[in-house]
Amino acid sequence: MKQTLAALFASAMTLAATTAFAADPNPAKWDEVLAQAKGQTVYFNAWGGSQNINDYITWAGSELQARYGVNVEHVKLDDTASAVATVIAEKTAGKTEGGRVDLIWINGENFASMKDKALLYTTPDGDGWATKLPNWALVDVENKPTITVDFTIPTDGLESPWGGAKMVFFHDTAREKIGDLPDSIRGLAGWAMKNPGRFSYPAPPDFIGSSFLKQALSELVGDPDVLQQPVVDAEFEDVTAPLFNYLDGLHPNLWRSGRAFVKNYPAMVQGLADGELDIIFAFNPAEASSAIAQDRLPDTIRSFTFSGGTLGNTHFVAIPFNANAKAGALVLANFLLSPEAQARKQDPTIWGDPTVLNVDKLAADDKAKFAALDLGIATLKPEELGPMLPEPHPSWMAAIEKEWAKRYATGNN
Amino acid sequence: MSTLHLDHVTIALGERQLLAVDTVVQPGETLTIMGPSGVGKSSLLAYIGGFLDNAFTASGAVRMDGEDLTQLPSHARRTGILFQDPLLFPHMSVAENLLFAMPRAIKERAAKAEEALAQAGLDGFSSRDPATLSGGQKARVALMRVLLAQPRCLLLDEPFSKLDTERRANVRGFVFGEAQRLNLPVVMVTHDAEDAHAAMNATGGEIIDLAANG
Amino acid sequence: MLRLAPALALVVLLGPVACGLIATLLPAFGYLPALGGDHFTTSHFHEVLHVGGMERSLWLSYFTGLATTLIAFVIVWLFVAGWNGTAMFARMQHLISPLLSVPHAAAAFGLVFLIAPSGMLLRLLSPWATGFDRPPDWLLLQDPNGIALIAGLVMKEIPFLLLVTLAALPQTPAAQAARVANSMGYGRIAGFTFTTWPLVYRQIRLAVFAVIAFATSTVDVALVLGPATPPTLAVKLTQWMSDPDIAMRFAACAGAVLQLGVTVAAILTWVVGEKIAAAVVKMLRNSGHRFVRDAALRTAGAALTGMAALTVFAGLALLALWSVAGFWSFPDALPGSFNLRTWERTLPQLAGPLGTTLATGLIATAIAVVLTLACLEREARTGRTGGNRALLFIYIPLLIPQVAFVFGLQLFFLGLGWDASFPALVFVHLIFVLPYVFLALSDPWRAFDKRFVWVAAGLGQSPVRTFWRVRFPMLLKPVLVAAAVGLAVSIGQYLPTLLIGAGRWPTVTTEAVALASGGNRRVIGVMAFMQMVLPFVGFALAAAIPALLFRNRRDMGVAA
Repeated sequence: MKQTLAALFASAMTLAATTAFAADPNPAKWDEVLAQAKGQTVYFNAWGGSQNINDYITWAGSELQARYGVNVEHVKLDDTASAVATVIAEKTAGKTEGGRVDLIWINGENFASMKDKALLYTTPDGDGWATKLPNWALVDVENKPTITVDFTIPTDGLESPWGGAKMVFFHDTAREKIGDLPDSIRGLAGWAMKNPGRFSYPAPPDFIGSSFLKQALSELVGDPDVLQQPVVDAEFEDVTAPLFNYLDGLHPNLWRSGRAFVKNYPAMVQGLADGELDIIFAFNPAEASSAIAQDRLPDTIRSFTFSGGTLGNTHFVAIPFNANAKAGALVLANFLLSPEAQARKQDPTIWGDPTVLNVDKLAADDKAKFAALDLGIATLKPEELGPMLPEPHPSWMAAIEKEWAKRYATGNN
Repeated sequence: MSTLHLDHVTIALGERQLLAVDTVVQPGETLTIMGPSGVGKSSLLAYIGGFLDNAFTASGAVRMDGEDLTQLPSHARRTGILFQDPLLFPHMSVAENLLFAMPRAIKERAAKAEEALAQAGLDGFSSRDPATLSGGQKARVALMRVLLAQPRCLLLDEPFSKLDTERRANVRGFVFGEAQRLNLPVVMVTHDAEDAHAAMNATGGEIIDLAANG
Repeated sequence: MLRLAPALALVVLLGPVACGLIATLLPAFGYLPALGGDHFTTSHFHEVLHVGGMERSLWLSYFTGLATTLIAFVIVWLFVAGWNGTAMFARMQHLISPLLSVPHAAAAFGLVFLIAPSGMLLRLLSPWATGFDRPPDWLLLQDPNGIALIAGLVMKEIPFLLLVTLAALPQTPAAQAARVANSMGYGRIAGFTFTTWPLVYRQIRLAVFAVIAFATSTVDVALVLGPATPPTLAVKLTQWMSDPDIAMRFAACAGAVLQLGVTVAAILTWVVGEKIAAAVVKMLRNSGHRFVRDAALRTAGAALTGMAALTVFAGLALLALWSVAGFWSFPDALPGSFNLRTWERTLPQLAGPLGTTLATGLIATAIAVVLTLACLEREARTGRTGGNRALLFIYIPLLIPQVAFVFGLQLFFLGLGWDASFPALVFVHLIFVLPYVFLALSDPWRAFDKRFVWVAAGLGQSPVRTFWRVRFPMLLKPVLVAAAVGLAVSIGQYLPTLLIGAGRWPTVTTEAVALASGGNRRVIGVMAFMQMVLPFVGFALAAAIPALLFRNRRDMGVAA
């Protein structure tokens, strides 16, 4: 059996080595891309936990079918990492074309991992493709540095921006005795001491929970520049000591006394709605307004942020090296960047995700679409969002998650 | 008319021999195997009918019309059997039970079924659910069903033991009467001496008492 | 053709398990050339064992699995021993049976909606009895010791063990034995336990092992109810398997082997417990104690069984309520408003997954039913039953934790280029559907009165005609019930569908879990409700079709 398996893998590897790549599309020749895309089915691997987002993707799919004859299938993931794992498994098995994943919703750690392992599609000239999309010209590269540097990793056109994210906090104004709102991560610990049991964060490696840790680290670290470089093992303990001291002090005042953590972001929303939590946070400024529209939160919810700044980043779409419908995926990525799709996405009754376009660059009627958006009562205006803290290098996230698990997830607390 | 030959038939369970029979059953005659329960008398019927359990070992020939039945699959032997339960198929109506039994070649099947029912004193019962019949009625339908399949012999496995005394004589008379009329050789196993004597009086034939023969 | 059926069934049951296990074992010991693992090493085990919280995860899997099995087992034993043969027993049986078809994840969500600090129970009691106008900060769910996880699992394992026991009972002289024991003055529970239970237990033993295997390795229920810091082993290694860090594959495979070890350890512990329990029962039996005062225990058995059933039903009702709820604040017992918005938005998206679910389930079930019938018919004609060894083979896919071989199977299929294809999906479902269909059908099939077949042969009917005209129609009800069980099993499959279907073949269950990751109670309500309705429809049809076909045949009602 061992031999059979070895033979199987061996033959798979041979196959990988000998099969020539089918002609990959070249986004510089857009007409050819459109022609090639027609009739293709794009398997878009994207987190499927939000009805709003699923509906939006369904809409985009139907538009693509109508306009370009491209069929879009939303593969609903519960964790983006599993799509990355699929591509890895395919590479492992020597499947260098006809892959199951055509487009992934991605950023940060997963992007770093795919880029590092050369799992991403490049144009036939070996370049990034995103910067060659027709709609790239409208992207706000000028004011949004996170579009070209994803968690300190240069995107190099290997992923196309889709939306923005910035950490904001929500609370219920109808609730009395909540006290003064905190204005920093230290202030949050002080608030929690006065209001024990009413704050929590999802346990890492949940994306939003890890983001909270990074926010805390960014505020507490002695020299923020260290975080822009990969972790140096010898310095890790010193650099993160303030973070873990902080968490040691915070945890006893958390929900369930820190013995359990909320499951994920939606669970925090439910906690706020039920009155189990008083302050929650999100990575999308419009989340509160859209939750109100869905009856998931009362309309007395409002947002706040830290005057010293909060983390912000951009989320992207990427195409695996072995995608089956690369042309279709390019067409979809370009459509997602169109002013029409971006304006619709920013509407809190649809989704509420901030645009990656520079609205100033748009034509008048497109500008009007953005101007007409009602961002919702609970959404902060762009100028109220405060400064943006840069994301640390992805290696920090992995290292912090590991240390966190060692300290708080061994069942001894 | 066929005669049933049981040539040196022996049946054993493991090392223990249950019975040894070497006899001839004439048309219209009844061979009765008597004995208390548990001695394996029913295994003879199973051997003749072709459904003896693997646990038994048997030898000897069962011949009719020059054919050795043991060489045939059970459904080709044409050995009709009646158990103490009537075993009417519960998902079929009374008439359907009869139609199921009739060989395919027979024409005017529905009429034949009605006729058989009339013969058994069950006019108008054809569309009835078998579950709604009395014990005696069921027993008579079961017999008509066996006979409509045109068997070459009749095997009776304690056929009257579940009927009350009154019906018992009635049904018994009906069964042996029909066997006589059609000149069928009959093999009956029973633990009831009255059944055995009734059979002998009605049709003649041998009684083998396993309790006595050991 | 019929001759090949048992061999074919064996291939379906054992082939994938064997391939999957091997494709898990080799990488666990470092051998996976494509990932650069070309020599055997135990370093991945060292690595896995040194992951933070690993000891705790191992203990949790072992403890929650054993505790679940023990509690469910004791409750079923008390209930059957205390009430077998009573009218209440028959009523409860009807209440419990449909629960078997409720997918584990749906039942788990129902439990959350019921007992969470913001759940229905406290809503009903607040604020008038508790004084709470906000949910209390109580650690009821996801507690570090896995109590909530155990509760959720027990609730679903009681119906399974009870139905397996009910299938075993007719093959024992339970009623006579009980009469004899009672006439000697023994209490109900003692009488049953001393006379009948050992015979029953011998028959349900493998099913109990299957419960241990499932409870030690469940992923979906542990995700909903289990602790997270750290989680149980199965949850942990499912995370590793989808880790973008490719080296984690080795760790995941090593973890899968550890999972196998945990399950085996739990089963061995149970076997030791069996010996002790048997010795204790023997001692008590020989002591002559009558144990007449067992009313409290009997009541407890019935109450706990009933509570398990009611909890599931209440949970399902809550799911339905949340699916139409407007904003619903604590401690209101009812939502402020109702609307169908979530249904209107979710249903159109479910059309595709619904089709896949039904197609996969129906095809896998049809194949399983045909294979099972062929095996059983072959058995009936040759008189050869496979005995205990065959039963063990049938149970193998249920005794090996899914996570221990489905990962390997995915790698194996990937290597063959069979992954993500519809036939592969049907095949992997068949692995789990076949055992249940076989177990559901074999008892009624074997209990069939063979004299009907002999009568038919005596009437000159061929075996084929006898099968179609007599055996099959008379056993139509159990055949359809077995098919409904098979369909329910197929609908509930999460991990195999996800891994082998590779997202290309979403089903109602994979969609439910994906959407559940969003935590929107309204959407969870819709999804879990859909997940539950499908098997229900299956069981309803299984009951309605024979009832309609044989509406004028009184004895067909009791035949099954």
